[in-house]
Amino acid sequence: MNAVISVIGRDCVGIIARLSAICAENNININDITQKVLHETFTMIMWVEVRSSEKHFADFAKEMEEAGKEMGLIIHVMHEDVFDSMHRI
Amino acid sequence: MLNHSDIMETIKMIDEEHLDIRTITMGISLLDCVDRDPDQFCERIYEKITRLAGNLVATGEEIARTYGIPIINKRVSVTPIGLVTPGYSVEDMVKVAHALQRAAEACGINFIGGFSALVHKAATESDLNLIRSLPRVLKETTNVCSSINVATTKAGINLDAVKLMGEIIKECAEATAEEDSIGCAKLVVFANVPEDNPFMAGAFHGVGEGECVINVGVSGPGVVSSAIKKMPDANITEIADVVKKTAFKITRMGQMVANEACRRLNVPFGIVDLSLAPTPAVGDSVAHILEEMGLERCGTHGTTACLALLNDAVKKGGTMASSHVGGLSGAFIPVSEDAGMIRAASEGVLTLDKLEAMTAVCSVGLDMIAIPGDTSASTISAIIADEISIGVINNKTTAVRVIPAIGKGVGDVVEFGGLLGEAPIMPVHQESSEKFINRGGRIPAPIHSLRN
Repeated sequence: MNAVISVIGRDCVGIIARLSAICAENNININDITQKVLHETFTMIMWVEVRSSEKHFADFAKEMEEAGKEMGLIIHVMHEDVFDSMHRI
Repeated sequence: MLNHSDIMETIKMIDEEHLDIRTITMGISLLDCVDRDPDQFCERIYEKITRLAGNLVATGEEIARTYGIPIINKRVSVTPIGLVTPGYSVEDMVKVAHALQRAAEACGINFIGGFSALVHKAATESDLNLIRSLPRVLKETTNVCSSINVATTKAGINLDAVKLMGEIIKECAEATAEEDSIGCAKLVVFANVPEDNPFMAGAFHGVGEGECVINVGVSGPGVVSSAIKKMPDANITEIADVVKKTAFKITRMGQMVANEACRRLNVPFGIVDLSLAPTPAVGDSVAHILEEMGLERCGTHGTTACLALLNDAVKKGGTMASSHVGGLSGAFIPVSEDAGMIRAASEGVLTLDKLEAMTAVCSVGLDMIAIPGDTSASTISAIIADEISIGVINNKTTAVRVIPAIGKGVGDVVEFGGLLGEAPIMPVHQESSEKFINRGGRIPAPIHSLRN
């Protein structure tokens, strides 16, 4: 299954490095990243593949969100199906 | 590939606008548990409910964790108990209610619905004993909900039952007087009751249903009101359009959760209920949607028109998003559970008479309304009769859930806490309706019920 990670907050050095390291540690592959910095606000959406991770999806989501808090970012990790069901017919 | 703004929109809905799945309700048939011996019956229903719904709460929580969508309530509805308790006494009925309570506790669910009777044409002896047991049942149990259907468009209105329910509501209020008459919050009187409603207190598992089914109720008044807020200068057609689109998105999520719950529990899917159900939380109010459309306060002139538009647009958007729609499906207007309604009622803008008019164009009816504790039983019956007539004549569901707050009067507030919220006590007309209610009998079915 695929998940969508959204990140928003004040830009600083090492955001992508830290978050992609967490993905790698959990054996989670990153399929795509779109990222922009607008007036010092960092925004990013990552599409990741969580199928091969041994960790429960909710625990991975929590780990990401906590890493976000430490860096002053708001991070959401959600199942791709939620967005598909809402925005695709 | 999904685009950036779609993703942010969904996250915002859940994070800031209180979008949630209000309830996953498992309907369970108790028809095969019937027994002349009440103890045997209690044993069987406990066994069946705990067997089928034992995993309901854990599964609901697991889905919420996996998808990141809050699922607020996990509940069970059962076959109307009045149908499966042949010749039971009042004492036996209380026993059955306790068995349901034990089953609810064992499953970890907050409400179990179906302590119900269908008496729209006439009541059987069991139905009457079930109704008479309500003051005790609603006092002695915390999780059992009851609904009584006193009318249908096909059968007309059973005025004897309406009279009895006025008295019973009063007795339930007195029995739970120490807890702000909370017993009445677990009791609904219906016309044209739906058989697949997932929302409490009116949920039960209809006789036309199968062995076990999953019904899901979505919610999201906050999402609708913030969508309207973004269009301050739009005309009303554009408002209807945005409500429709928002309802579609909300319902699609409900359908997805329903499918997932059915798959995991291995239970067939029943319906998605498209209702906009408010909570007392700020930003989760149906009244605020109406105010966002351009009313200074919910309850003023124009309220019925705005609510009619809202209710219709929610149905139009939601219907396309779900394979089966059912239950109550529309906007709820429970006064105590809606921050905007509470404010409008405390200010005296929203009155009982206006609420009655509003129920002609939305789902459900006079819901969670606190009235003075000294209101007579016949006045309560007359309130029921008025509301039920709207349902019968308009071929729709209506219901009454009023709370005569014992020892309190206009100006006081009753506080239930949690999702049930708080309610300012609303005035009722002082003139008597007693003679009308005491006539008894049955109000004949309307002419348009003869469709064959």
